Amino acid sequence: MDLASLLLAPAFFAFDLLGLLKSIFVTPFADMAAMPDLLVQTIWEGLVSGVLYALIALGFVLIFKASGVFNFAQGIMVVFAALTLVGFHEKGVPAWLAVFLTLGVMLVLAIAVERVVLRPLVNQPDIILFMATFGLTYVLIGLGEFIFGGEPKQMIAEQLYIPRGPIDVAMLGGRVTFQKIDIAAAVIASVMIIALALFFQYTRIGRALRAVADSHKAALSVGISLNQIWVIVWFAAGIVALITGIMWGARSEVSFGLDIIALKALPVLILGGFTSIPGAIVGGLIIGIGEKLAEFYWGPLVGGGIESWIAYVIALGFLMVRPQGLFGDKIIERI
Amino acid sequence: MFYRESGQFKKTYAADMAVFPILQDRIGIAIILFVAAVIIPLFGSTFFISSVMIPFLVFSLAAMGLNIVTGYTGLISLGTGAFMGVGAFACYKLTTIFPNVNIIIWILASGFFSAAIGALFGLPSLRIKGFYLAVATLAAQFFLEWCFVRIPWLYNYSASGAIQVPQRTLFDLPITGANATPVTRYLVLLGIVVFLTWIASNILHGRIGRTFMAVRDMDIAAELMGIRLLPAKLMAFALSSFYCGVAGAVMMFLWYGGGEAADAFNIRQSFNILFMVIIGGLGSLIGCYFGAALLSAVPLILKFGFPAMGIAIGSQTAEHINHLFVGSLIIFFLIVEPHGLARLWQIMKQKLRTWPFPY
Repeated sequence: MDLASLLLAPAFFAFDLLGLLKSIFVTPFADMAAMPDLLVQTIWEGLVSGVLYALIALGFVLIFKASGVFNFAQGIMVVFAALTLVGFHEKGVPAWLAVFLTLGVMLVLAIAVERVVLRPLVNQPDIILFMATFGLTYVLIGLGEFIFGGEPKQMIAEQLYIPRGPIDVAMLGGRVTFQKIDIAAAVIASVMIIALALFFQYTRIGRALRAVADSHKAALSVGISLNQIWVIVWFAAGIVALITGIMWGARSEVSFGLDIIALKALPVLILGGFTSIPGAIVGGLIIGIGEKLAEFYWGPLVGGGIESWIAYVIALGFLMVRPQGLFGDKIIERI
Repeated sequence: MFYRESGQFKKTYAADMAVFPILQDRIGIAIILFVAAVIIPLFGSTFFISSVMIPFLVFSLAAMGLNIVTGYTGLISLGTGAFMGVGAFACYKLTTIFPNVNIIIWILASGFFSAAIGALFGLPSLRIKGFYLAVATLAAQFFLEWCFVRIPWLYNYSASGAIQVPQRTLFDLPITGANATPVTRYLVLLGIVVFLTWIASNILHGRIGRTFMAVRDMDIAAELMGIRLLPAKLMAFALSSFYCGVAGAVMMFLWYGGGEAADAFNIRQSFNILFMVIIGGLGSLIGCYFGAALLSAVPLILKFGFPAMGIAIGSQTAEHINHLFVGSLIIFFLIVEPHGLARLWQIMKQKLRTWPFPY
């Protein structure tokens, strides 16, 4: 039964509110309790897509923290990095070399972005920089399609030693299937997040990055080169993009459709707060699990497909309570 | 020299507050309207009218809608496409349920449905702002897009999910549907766009417009000065969505003539219109026209201009180049003139004013 027939049916005016309430508040939970293995499976799937959202959101946060730029192009950077990797491999370059070459391309991209886009636009209002990254998105889409063609490509998963295949685990009176690649994605994401945290906390560059994030002017005054820092964060975001691209590409395929999925990272971002790396992770997991649970247990009430917007609604709900996101810096407004 | 206000004395306050206080502006606008309403329909080819002018006018109207909320009130909205869709579907439902009422009334009335939805989705703007709000408006975009597909009542249960614009007449002349000539559709559209621009210009020059701009410049300060933010922001959203809704309705009825609406009003459309507003100039009505002209012309030039010059490019390649070009154009304009084409127009006017002297 979908929403429209629900609204239009003559029974709409006479329908039992109790039944509706029951199907919203009771039945899904009863289903969960009745089949815990299915619940675990759903949560796991949510967790996995949550990790991937978190990875994209991480790229956003890195750049936002260091330069105050809301980098809309992060999603397409993921696609671009993955396409470059596959493209190199198609030319006959061995997989490991292709990874390094792709990193080189991302570095060139970071330098180009800093030179061409960020430097001339320094001190402009936020929305102008935001729009510039929109422009960058289009340039990267155009460039990527121009070089690699518009067709979806297969990620070189085997060559990169990414495990494939399912693992069945018997638990809770049923079987839960884990894909090896999902486990690998979760592990790699955790490693990367720990590495980033250590990098931020204990290295010279990391300290400089935190200084820039706190205040551009103060950082400049103690001799930190903003331009250099921007190249570094864009490159770091490029690395995150490449890893995200590999994981995501191995799950499905590499295509420009990914950039719409990247929009899913935006609710993750506002949920976690623009400036918080843990926020990106927790936000990603909440959104990932929330949307899978909602789709699976409440989706059939309105005809399914609610995955496309439920993430935004969850994020909006959180925002109403905390306008700066879960972990965001408190917004102080001065007149 | 060419554009000088000296010697034009205002004797009343009303004259000073007029939309076009300078004689040259009035002459200019008269010429533009004459060209648009007489010359183009008489001499323009069918292709020019239906593929250049009609999209241009539709996009101008949508850009105007977005500019009200983003340019004038400073609230970034990424839900333009969906609000246009609401207008299109409202108009379609209204005209199929009440076929005897004049379609132009329904086109304008569909804006009110869009305005109501827009005000509803504008509610978060009271609590959140900036990029957080931009993402919140994405909720509107995706939710409404989902509704357009999932609620078959909206497209009258047609099997393909597409809507077919019925024929409606004005003075026995078909203005929508398959039998309407491009010239009639163009003239109706022109009338609607000019009328709504006139209304928008008056609203934005008046108390409401100044309220919007105060909110944009600093909403807390505006609140301290006695502007109530709740009505101001919701009004901005409603007004903006009204314009977007009408733009969506005319897009479906006077341009597309039917089709799968969910495709036409997707997130890309929202971005497209945002680009028009940014390139045209935030907070400028004339900028909407500039932005729409530029961004609706670029794909056409790539699609038809180059083959006409003998440079063959495939439609696939043309699309890729279009992306590349639009992206570069956005970055280029932001670097050269962050305030958009409207600012270039102002600079040009200043040059004309002082010509032949440099300043």
